[in-house]
Amino acid sequence: MNLFQFVFIELWHRKSQLISGILAITLGIGVIVSIQSISVVSEKAVAVKLDNLGANILVLPLGTGIDDYYSADIDAPTMPGEYVERILTSTLQGVDNLSPKLTRRVNIQGQSIVLTGILPASEIASKPLWQSAGLFGEELQLACAPGATANKSHGYENELLQRKAIDTLAVSDCLIGSGAAGKLLLKEGSEVIIENQKFRVSKVLPETGTIDDDRVFAHLTAVQNLLGIQDQVSAIEIMGCCSAISDGLLSKLRNILPDTRITTIGQIVSTQIETNKLMNKVSIIFLIIILFVGGISIGNYIWANVNERRKEIGVLRMIGARRSQIYYLLLLKASVLGILGGILGYVLGTIAALLLGPYLADLPVNPVPIFLIWSVLISTGIALIGSLIPAYLAGKIDPFINMQEV
Amino acid sequence: MIIQTEKLTKRYFHKNGEIYALKDISLSIDKGSFATITGPSGAGKTTLLLALGGLIRPSSGKILFGSTPLHDASDNKLASFRLNNIGFVMQNFALIPYLTAAENIMTPLSLQGKPKDMQRHAAISLLEEVGLSDRADHLPRELSSGQQQRVAIARALVNNPSVLLADEPTGNLDPSLSEEILNLLARLNREKGITVILVTHSRLAESFGTKKIRIKNGSIES
Repeated sequence: MNLFQFVFIELWHRKSQLISGILAITLGIGVIVSIQSISVVSEKAVAVKLDNLGANILVLPLGTGIDDYYSADIDAPTMPGEYVERILTSTLQGVDNLSPKLTRRVNIQGQSIVLTGILPASEIASKPLWQSAGLFGEELQLACAPGATANKSHGYENELLQRKAIDTLAVSDCLIGSGAAGKLLLKEGSEVIIENQKFRVSKVLPETGTIDDDRVFAHLTAVQNLLGIQDQVSAIEIMGCCSAISDGLLSKLRNILPDTRITTIGQIVSTQIETNKLMNKVSIIFLIIILFVGGISIGNYIWANVNERRKEIGVLRMIGARRSQIYYLLLLKASVLGILGGILGYVLGTIAALLLGPYLADLPVNPVPIFLIWSVLISTGIALIGSLIPAYLAGKIDPFINMQEV
Repeated sequence: MIIQTEKLTKRYFHKNGEIYALKDISLSIDKGSFATITGPSGAGKTTLLLALGGLIRPSSGKILFGSTPLHDASDNKLASFRLNNIGFVMQNFALIPYLTAAENIMTPLSLQGKPKDMQRHAAISLLEEVGLSDRADHLPRELSSGQQQRVAIARALVNNPSVLLADEPTGNLDPSLSEEILNLLARLNREKGITVILVTHSRLAESFGTKKIRIKNGSIES
């Protein structure tokens, strides 16, 4: 028999007390694991959705508003196209795709139409319905999505929401939004003169219900040459990873491009960030509650155990146990309770998340194995801290407590 | 000489003033003797036993175990001293309720960090010696009072102590069991040369003593 076995024999002898001792910490850890398991899946799912929505960060010349960008006035300010390289050559994490654009309102066949220069390889099909125009090639990898498997698990294949890139767009070709095509009476294969230069309509884009329906798109270089503003862009659309945005991607971008205005598609991003923050806050609140309730619960259990075992601890002290051996016995017992509480809490929390996730967050939840390690570490830490004072007091029990007369 | 005290005093502070549990006790106990400590209740018998066993430190005076001073030893040194030199037998047996007879006997060896096989072997051997070889895996509650006390004596012997301290070891036993336990202690004293120091009220127990110490009001009665 060693002291480790001694602890297990004692625990086994008092099974009902063991169960009541770890109940609070098990429930507490279970709640945290449950919230965190749902939160992780939720964050991934929102990241994928946001990713599929397209660009969520807009870099504009300083002093420019989003309205200016959309109205594409003739004197709207521009910024150097070299900014794209600056972002690309930086070590920024969470920048998925960059799409520089030059936008100007031009006169085509007597109609005021917004002409937008795009770079084919980097242009994001942020408007998923473009797919049906049959222009797009391979899928882009999502920078912040949980990977192909997870993507499929969220059903995006079926929803036809995968993002694609425009492979090619010749400098003499253009794409026309459905609204603009209607106004200009153009169809696929038609020729159109823009600012005295002839373009072939390579595709009429399907209706998206956005301002893009009324735009004409051409190669960025062609538009820059056409308008005589070489190496300048009106905006850089960025696919930013939502978690990276919440981790300060915007401020990092501002450091790289100090003389620009950087904005996000606020509502979408902020809703996601706020949801994630709320989940994290709830977890932290529960963690604090667990620290107190779990610690007090285990401490109380150990203290009650010490009081119940005063004579027994006295016997051990009498026959020669050092104080450190008494501390060891009690802290070892607390560790066992903590480890058991952590494992059971993880199992309970994961089962709760698997069962409740689909109802609460409308998401299928998978177990997160790393939480098992955290659960055991937190639970054991709480149990040990809660047991420090009772263990210290147990060490002070007199070795002569079993004597009849003192 | 195995234990010697010199002007051993133990006093407690009370709201009504100082109380002397022991006052200027000087005695010596020879190795291999069977000493009995008797006296009226509250005389200080158990306090003397505690001091001799390194369970309390005196307020003043000296205690020497052989040439080792106990009166100013640290808590850890006293614990180590008890673990390696003293066996304790209590009136209430002081067995750990959830450990079997063998496990109770193995406990001091476990504290010493001895190998499991050696612990078990020693426990079984001692159980045979006290006539309980068939009770090794019984819990204390499954044993009679006399059997429990014999297990306690076996535990007290497992670390091969040079001194066995017994505090009213027959106090909870009927006369026949008391005699049986006293005979066992006497046999251990005689055959193994273990020094026995026995606190008792019993005249029968006192009759086993080769050295009789009577104390009254914390002092040795002359």
